[in-house]
Amino acid sequence: MTADAPIIQLRNVTKTFGSGPAAFQALKGVDLDIAAGDFVAVMGPSGSGKSTTMNILGCLDVPTSGAFLFKGVHVERLDRDQRALLRRKYFGFVFQGFNLLPRTSALENVELPLLYRGEEKHKRREVAMQALDKVGLKDWWDHTPGELSGGQQQRVAIARAIVTQPDVLLADEPTGNLDTARSLEIMELLSEFNATGITVLMVTHEPDMAAYARTVVHFRDGLVERVDQHHHQGQAVGS
Amino acid sequence: MFGTTIILAFRAIRRHMLRSFLTILGIVIGVAAVVTMVTLGNGATAAVQEQISSLGSNILQVRPGQGFGRGGGGPQPPDFKPEDVDAIRNQVAGVTAVAPMAQSTGTAVREGANWSTTINGTTSDYFIAQQWPMAAGRTFSSAEEQAGKAVCILGNTVRTNLFRQEDPIGQRFRIKDITCTVIGVLQTRGQGGFGNDQDDVVLMPIKTVQRRFAGTRDIRVIMVAVDPAYETGSVQESLSALLRERRGIIGGKEDDFNIFDTKQIADTLSGTTQILTALLGAVAAVSLLVGGIGIMNIMLVSVTERTREIGIRLAIGAVAREVMMQFLVEAVALACLGGVIGIVIALAASLALAPVLRVPFSFDVQINLLAFVFSAAIGVIFGYFPARRAASLNPIDALRHE
Repeated sequence: MTADAPIIQLRNVTKTFGSGPAAFQALKGVDLDIAAGDFVAVMGPSGSGKSTTMNILGCLDVPTSGAFLFKGVHVERLDRDQRALLRRKYFGFVFQGFNLLPRTSALENVELPLLYRGEEKHKRREVAMQALDKVGLKDWWDHTPGELSGGQQQRVAIARAIVTQPDVLLADEPTGNLDTARSLEIMELLSEFNATGITVLMVTHEPDMAAYARTVVHFRDGLVERVDQHHHQGQAVGS
Repeated sequence: MFGTTIILAFRAIRRHMLRSFLTILGIVIGVAAVVTMVTLGNGATAAVQEQISSLGSNILQVRPGQGFGRGGGGPQPPDFKPEDVDAIRNQVAGVTAVAPMAQSTGTAVREGANWSTTINGTTSDYFIAQQWPMAAGRTFSSAEEQAGKAVCILGNTVRTNLFRQEDPIGQRFRIKDITCTVIGVLQTRGQGGFGNDQDDVVLMPIKTVQRRFAGTRDIRVIMVAVDPAYETGSVQESLSALLRERRGIIGGKEDDFNIFDTKQIADTLSGTTQILTALLGAVAAVSLLVGGIGIMNIMLVSVTERTREIGIRLAIGAVAREVMMQFLVEAVALACLGGVIGIVIALAASLALAPVLRVPFSFDVQINLLAFVFSAAIGVIFGYFPARRAASLNPIDALRHE
């Protein structure tokens, strides 16, 4: 694989849920290339297939047919645990509902991916604190999600997603539950981490948020409708 | 990886303090019950054995009739005569002491104090057979035995009730219709194997009891002490042969007397307490099983409730085995914690109850270890199913779970 080959390649990907007459085809042959270091916004109405695509891209689900290559590896041929290990190594996830472990301190939440990577305690603490520092929550490390605002919780979630320095950050409507000011903070953070080289894939409904992305992929009826390239921001970063 | 799982499991337990406590309650009670029962039961067995050995080991008790007491129907077999005692003493090998017993009951009276007690007529051989030393004074002289003198030796209970702090030796008191002189006091023996007070007794020469109270020469019981160098069984056989001959029992006719070995009582009684211990232990083990089901129940609820958490872990990159191990380790850790708490409670309960139930406290490493291992096993068995269920969740569905 060459340096500028796309980090993610979808080739004629279909996904069908159910079987027989009740079968529903969510994806009808998606082709998509995403370059390493890109900031991609995925848009489209409900049922357009964008969430299904994100699940496949996040190695949480496999296509019914077609190929998904991540760094040249056929993910659709991997089993459940192999995909888990892939996620552990290369992916970070940010969800609309934050999805932090309840009654667990911010630090312990951020440490979680490091735990699964088998990092030793001292290093875990240190790296997790650095990640919290990057999202501006260093002083809140011992607070549980219940003691944090929505914006703060999402920042902890972002810290958790980037603590392993993943190649790809997947964000599923990360600002869906936040007001405009908090949303902009989150987008600034995502842009910052994108600038360090992390490929960011984000599902959003809001054009304001999509404006932060360099590439906007529009989904409709299980297919990629069109791909727009913005250059207003990405130019500063390069390529 | 295993270290990670343990950290995760303990974090989860800490996060859900109340639920963790409720989860292990069943195990705690189960283990506490089993260990307490068995500890106290073992103590009781030990106590019974000790009390029975205090009766004097290697003693044969010879009584007329078959089995305990006298037989049911038919003519009652005759009591023994003094000649039988002499014959045993002279003709049976391996016998160190032969003590005839004639029993009566009566009220002892002295200066307004009175006390109902058992009167045992016997000879000085009794003290040898029973290995019961004197606290003060002396045993019967042969002159006193021959003449049937009104002399007596007191058990400590009788002494206390009649004489309080006074020295009773040489003092006189009335018992039934006679006045007798105290020549000795027995050492305190405490409770007997059947819960009776062994010290509540007045001993007199057998002739005195026979003449003054019974009016016959009958001997109800003969105690025979066996020389430890001889085998009790063979002594019992020659004793039986002698008595059959003397009582005119020939051929296949059944004995009209029985010879009871105190060792047999010891074995029977300790066997009984052991069976009781096992039974109580079994009942308690059922509660341990119920405790295990409680763990499974709560772990299943916990898996459902923490579906989202499992989804997060899977998304972050936990493999199925790790999620399974987390829940399994959590269940086992809870069960072990329950086991340890249960054992601690059991030890406290046993220590507190032992004096109340009058059994010695005996710490049995084996049962404690067994209870702990068993509760760990319960954790594995009843934690496996919920853990497998957690591990098999689909990460996407789990993340969407509300």
